[in-house]
Amino acid sequence: MTAISEVRPRVAVAERAPRSWEIAKRACFYGLLLFWLVVSIGPFWLSVVYSFMPKEHIYDPPRLIPNPFTLDNYRVVLSEFELFPRWLLNSAIISGVLTVVRTLFCAMGGYAFARMKFPGRNLLFTLTLVTMMIPGQVTLIPNYIVIGPGVFHLLDRLEAVILPGIAGAFGVFMMTQFFKSIPTELEEAALIDGAGRFTIFFRLILPISQTPLLALALFTFQGTWNEFLWPLVVLQTPEKFTLPLGLQWFKNEYYTLYSNVLAGSLFNSLPIIILFFIFQRYFIEGIATTGLKE
Amino acid sequence: MEAPMSMRLRAQLGEWITAYIFLSPWLFIFLVFNVIAIGTAFYLSFTHYDLFSPPEWIGLEGYRRVLTNDLFLRHALPNTLKYVLVVVPVQTALSLVIAFVLNQKIRFRRFFRTAYYLPSVTSSVVISLIFLWLFANTGLINQLFKTNIQWLTSTTWALPTIMMVNIWSTIGTMMLIFLAGLQDIPQSIYEAAQIDGASAPQIFFYITIPMLRPVIFFVVTLGVIGCFQVFDQIYVMTAGGPLDSTTTIAYLIFKWAFRDTTPRMGQAAALAFILGVMIFAITMLNRRIIEGGGAAAER
Repeated sequence: MTAISEVRPRVAVAERAPRSWEIAKRACFYGLLLFWLVVSIGPFWLSVVYSFMPKEHIYDPPRLIPNPFTLDNYRVVLSEFELFPRWLLNSAIISGVLTVVRTLFCAMGGYAFARMKFPGRNLLFTLTLVTMMIPGQVTLIPNYIVIGPGVFHLLDRLEAVILPGIAGAFGVFMMTQFFKSIPTELEEAALIDGAGRFTIFFRLILPISQTPLLALALFTFQGTWNEFLWPLVVLQTPEKFTLPLGLQWFKNEYYTLYSNVLAGSLFNSLPIIILFFIFQRYFIEGIATTGLKE
Repeated sequence: MEAPMSMRLRAQLGEWITAYIFLSPWLFIFLVFNVIAIGTAFYLSFTHYDLFSPPEWIGLEGYRRVLTNDLFLRHALPNTLKYVLVVVPVQTALSLVIAFVLNQKIRFRRFFRTAYYLPSVTSSVVISLIFLWLFANTGLINQLFKTNIQWLTSTTWALPTIMMVNIWSTIGTMMLIFLAGLQDIPQSIYEAAQIDGASAPQIFFYITIPMLRPVIFFVVTLGVIGCFQVFDQIYVMTAGGPLDSTTTIAYLIFKWAFRDTTPRMGQAAALAFILGVMIFAITMLNRRIIEGGGAAAER
């Protein structure tokens, strides 16, 4: 925990520090950064390396490149084991539908909260905030009953995962805060010109809200693609599993085929990593701003 | 006089209707799966309910059963508290240090930031599967460090191993939040302190930390909520074992409701509310501790 003078070296005080001390400090910083780089990337790298090695070599001494090399594990996962493409598809359907629908519904709800006056608005918005503070375990049991034997009878169907996920308290909160932050002049002008609320929302508001919409969509996709507990509770037969659920099930059924588990895992992490690289700015801004506005 | 009044009323009514049309798709799901669900869970927590016969009202007996339950008292509660007390400070401190270093004049800062964030975008199941393999008795970790530790199959090591995995996977997000917080601190404050002759550690402890108080509070809260609810890693890596040494409250709720041969829905709901109260209480306590001393430092 040293010298913040680093931040602005041109300030006179920084010169007081002797040069060797300065070098030692830099070395320390870069040492720490490199160490953490190895720690955070290493496990992924190793899992990729061993997923390209024959299954008998899964506990071979550590190595940085696959040797002996094989594509067998990927071949098994993609063509021989027919459940795997099914899981991939299930995951894609659930995450795709939820991302589009939840983002749209949360934007519509957020717009109503931010711009319109209606009876019950404050009560409903307060309820939104309150539910954000209650842990998911509380709603797990009633939602299972409602989705399953109680009302909807959707157990073991993809709809069971999709339906409760459509409305997120966080999403509506985030969109409300965003819409409150943009100026109202444009909308007022459009209202005077006789445009209806729907025209304004879809033609005027949505196009200028791309950043928060994309951020919400990305977080939704990441969250639903990786979700485990709720699908675990409502999906029962392997044909209906999502990818995380399937991988975990596969690990239990075929524990000697860990190379295939590693190969399959890559299909779960790769789409998110690619999305993250493309839309890095939105991820980071989203985290930074939602992190600070609380 | 009559006409404008009714026109205004109609305009207002129109606005209400439009508002509810905008709101309704979201509202329906929100009410059913959040608001009504919380109410139902609260009711169920006072009942005995096994899914097969209708819920039977037993009042506070369900809570009493939880609070006197051996698995809860001797395993889930201490394990969860240990977990929170270790993971939250470590992940907060480590991510703050990394963010602090990244906020210096560093080459390849974007590259480091991206790399550090990767564990946080990856699914908890994949992370658990990778570490289950790395921490196997014959796995790479034991080979690399020439150790022979039963990371996930001994009661001594299983919980600490899961703690390590969780710290590893959450640091990315927290580092990003700290980094944003650090960049929000105005340079002029640092410059003023330097002109006044403050030393580097003084600046860190008397300026950086107090200015970051709201961010620290947020990160700690996030950590507490996450730790109290830890489930995926435990389910995949140890399933609560060996000998319940990694059974946490969140795992116990799941076990009672969905894994026991006779589902204990009511008792699990009661435990879920106890968990909620614990999270709430600790968050309030945090607020006292972290923000209490630094009210002046808040913007």
